[in-house]
Amino acid sequence: MTSETWLKAALADADTRGLPALKPLLEGLAKLTEQLRAADFNDLARRGADGAEEAAKKR
Amino acid sequence: MTIEEFGRRLRARDVTSERVTDECLRRIDAEQSRLNAFILVMADEARRQARALDRELAGGRDRGPLHGVPMSIKDLIDLRGTPTTAASRVRDGHVAGHDAAAIAHLRQAGVVILGKTNLHEFAFGTTNEDSAFGPARNPHDPARSPGGSSGGSAASVAARMALATIGTDTGGSIRIPAAACGIVGLKPTYGEVSTEGVIPLSRTFDHVGPLTQSVTDAFLVYHALLGDHIAAPPAPMPMTGVRLAVPRRYFCDLLDDEVRARFERALERLRSAGAHVDDIEIRHADLIPTVYMHVSLPDAAAYHASTLETMAEKYTPNVRLRLEMGRYLLAEDYVRALAGRELLRREVDAALAQHDALVLPTLPIPAPTIGATTVQVGRETLPVRSMMLRLTQPFNVTGHPAISIPAEPTSAGLPVGVQLVGGRMQTDALLRIAHACEPHISTGV
Repeated sequence: MTSETWLKAALADADTRGLPALKPLLEGLAKLTEQLRAADFNDLARRGADGAEEAAKKR
Repeated sequence: MTIEEFGRRLRARDVTSERVTDECLRRIDAEQSRLNAFILVMADEARRQARALDRELAGGRDRGPLHGVPMSIKDLIDLRGTPTTAASRVRDGHVAGHDAAAIAHLRQAGVVILGKTNLHEFAFGTTNEDSAFGPARNPHDPARSPGGSSGGSAASVAARMALATIGTDTGGSIRIPAAACGIVGLKPTYGEVSTEGVIPLSRTFDHVGPLTQSVTDAFLVYHALLGDHIAAPPAPMPMTGVRLAVPRRYFCDLLDDEVRARFERALERLRSAGAHVDDIEIRHADLIPTVYMHVSLPDAAAYHASTLETMAEKYTPNVRLRLEMGRYLLAEDYVRALAGRELLRREVDAALAQHDALVLPTLPIPAPTIGATTVQVGRETLPVRSMMLRLTQPFNVTGHPAISIPAEPTSAGLPVGVQLVGGRMQTDALLRIAHACEPHISTGV
């Protein structure tokens, strides 16, 4: 799920639950989530997963 | 009076536990309406405990450095037979059936328990403003926050209502109020002091530790919390050869001008005393707040899930909203944050491989005015909450032990704290370094 999709669903749910004051907090959280997903350690983790898949194929 | 001084005078028969306990209770009577530091005062029980401990000592049984010491306890920690309110109406009707493990150790060490102190509701805040019992206030300026979440605890020591206190620290909740109130606050290494019987905020980041008037007192209470009641205070060590590292980028980017000046002056004094001070970098420091949020929010939401469903209206509005945020985060992002946590831990380990401790300010700003949601730092207007957490939460994420020591106050007389961070599972070594640095950091306090 992209962070845009996540935020849209979360904001709609906050409205449904009658918690409009939650919406700016969720918007701030979405920015932090984007920063987390863009971090370079995710590249390292992905390379590790790809490497494992390659190794499995070779086996 | 520090614990160390109390111990000397108690054993010289210059004071009794009962007399000092009475003096603390008199201070509580005098200051409670101004500072709102306590949720529960146990005057009769404290006097009874003090008299019993005086009789024990007279009879030849000395339990060690905390024998007869009157202390307060954050009201997040179970004390058998009393409510653990967590400063929340959600806890109405609760009475603890057992002592928390930390309290059991303190009782064995001979501590006199004066009462339970005010906090930010469920420890989920840095200012102590959101409390079912009203805000605790800063003894240096009651219009300001004492910091949080252990704000009542810090105020109780700074205002001499207790010789020391026990707090909890999930993002800085011991060190932030210690810095804001001008006392010492120690967060030990993650996992060292039991959190059994303590209401969790984030089990991944929660710590229990002391707030005291000196590093020596922090050492004594820390050891008692571990069940070591007879620890001898750290021996003096020379500053020559002590290697300190200042993480400049991120950690020193956003500092109030007066905090920066006091911090730099403390560094100059440490250098003059013989310490070797290097600048270093924690490469992924910018990621600390996002890693912290993506782990702590789901942790908190998991603990509160059922009460958010059944009694949401009993939470203070701000704390309820922060808890609700954690219910929206995705598991995949939680896992990413755990990977980030590991990376940050390794980077701090690497920074400490060549140094005895990191040194940095505890709080980038002086204690904020109660009710303020933003603060001005240079030309930037920034949220109070993120600024309060900025320099302490990194070491909840990584688990390293960290201690706040009071430095010179601002020109307005507001406390400033300097933080030292040591190697994981090396809290004793950190305390020895802190003991050596304390007179150079605290000059002018």
